[in-house]
Amino acid sequence: MNFVQRLGNNTLDQLRGWGHAALFFWEMLLAVPAALSRFGLVVAQIYAIGNRSLVIILASGLAVGFVLALQMYYALVTYGAAESLGLIVNLSLVRELGPVVTGLLFAGRAGTSLTAEIGLMKAGEQIAAMELMAIDPKARVLVPRLIGGVVSMPILAVLFSAVGILGAWVVAVKMIGVDSGNFWSIMQTQVDVWRDVGNGVIKSIVFGVICTVVALYQGFETEATPEGVAYATTRTVVISSLWILGMDFILTALMFSTP
Amino acid sequence: MGKKGVETLVGLFVLLGVAGLAFLALKAANLGSLTGADSYSVQARFDNIGGLKPRAAVRSAGVTVGRVSSIVLDPKTFQGVVTLDIERTYNFPKDTAAKILTAGLLGDQYVGLEPGGDDKNLVAGETIAQTQSAVVLENLIGQFLTTQADDAGSASGAASGAKK
Repeated sequence: MNFVQRLGNNTLDQLRGWGHAALFFWEMLLAVPAALSRFGLVVAQIYAIGNRSLVIILASGLAVGFVLALQMYYALVTYGAAESLGLIVNLSLVRELGPVVTGLLFAGRAGTSLTAEIGLMKAGEQIAAMELMAIDPKARVLVPRLIGGVVSMPILAVLFSAVGILGAWVVAVKMIGVDSGNFWSIMQTQVDVWRDVGNGVIKSIVFGVICTVVALYQGFETEATPEGVAYATTRTVVISSLWILGMDFILTALMFSTP
Repeated sequence: MGKKGVETLVGLFVLLGVAGLAFLALKAANLGSLTGADSYSVQARFDNIGGLKPRAAVRSAGVTVGRVSSIVLDPKTFQGVVTLDIERTYNFPKDTAAKILTAGLLGDQYVGLEPGGDDKNLVAGETIAQTQSAVVLENLIGQFLTTQADDAGSASGAASGAKK
């Protein structure tokens, strides 16, 4: 009986947590017009979240492009299909790796910085001081970061894919010797802009919302102690990553079920 | 960093993103060849369209001259009605034949146009009169098996006729 009671207790706690997070998300959505009217705050957040993540995203994109080209070449050349290298690399990046890897890196870099920042604001009682002065902390602090994250994430994912394709071109054409004309022309005829690139952008927008909302929620709900902030930061990365991978499966099944 | 500096950098970031998206769409996908501004539509009716899909290529002598825009079934004649968008720079005679061919042995299917000798050209909205449907593998195999059976039947008939 004790075990069953604990199971029921944990389930109810979990549901309460999800409900609380959903209400948090709803209140943030309600504060979006107020945040957009202070556009300077949003711009500052796009800089902090987007621009500052450019280096790691571009470097990772280049590295993933290099490695994809090498590995796919060794796999394709056994079937005499080395000419399709550009197509395979493009589809892998634009459909899957671009949004997902950028999302994971985004959660690690921007998500943790958001959680730590909001958590330390809470630990230093800045949020409480704002509420005392009848300033809505959601409109002033949280929602500009939400908008910054949702705007930055698709841009970063697109840049990841673009740099990855260019990196794959360098390895495939310059190093291995695949024909450059075929590399681009097969890609251009087979990759559909709406189905492949468009669905990849939709995925990256969804992942951006997930990562930013999880990061902000964990920061806002953290215990106001240093240990609490550290714990919240790791929870952000773990929860964001699991959600990204889960939603990626669901979105892929919905978007790419028919050939 | 001053406010202007931050705004400039964010503007550059967004421009970089737009440039990346444009690169992906134009150079790494098929947006460049999707512009259907200068094209006219003609129709062709097939008994079997095989694996033809919308946005398949329309080629003449191997050169892509247009795209398949839509495929529907005519409920009265039960034929497949394929609408072809052909670029305006190419004019085909009225007795052009349309065939459904396969690129390579197992590749995608496309519509091949073979021009006839008529003086007058196809105008937008007209229907191509001569068409050849796609080759369906099962029908081919069925044909092959029946000719095999016929050959075997006539051979044994000749043998039994010779024995008598």
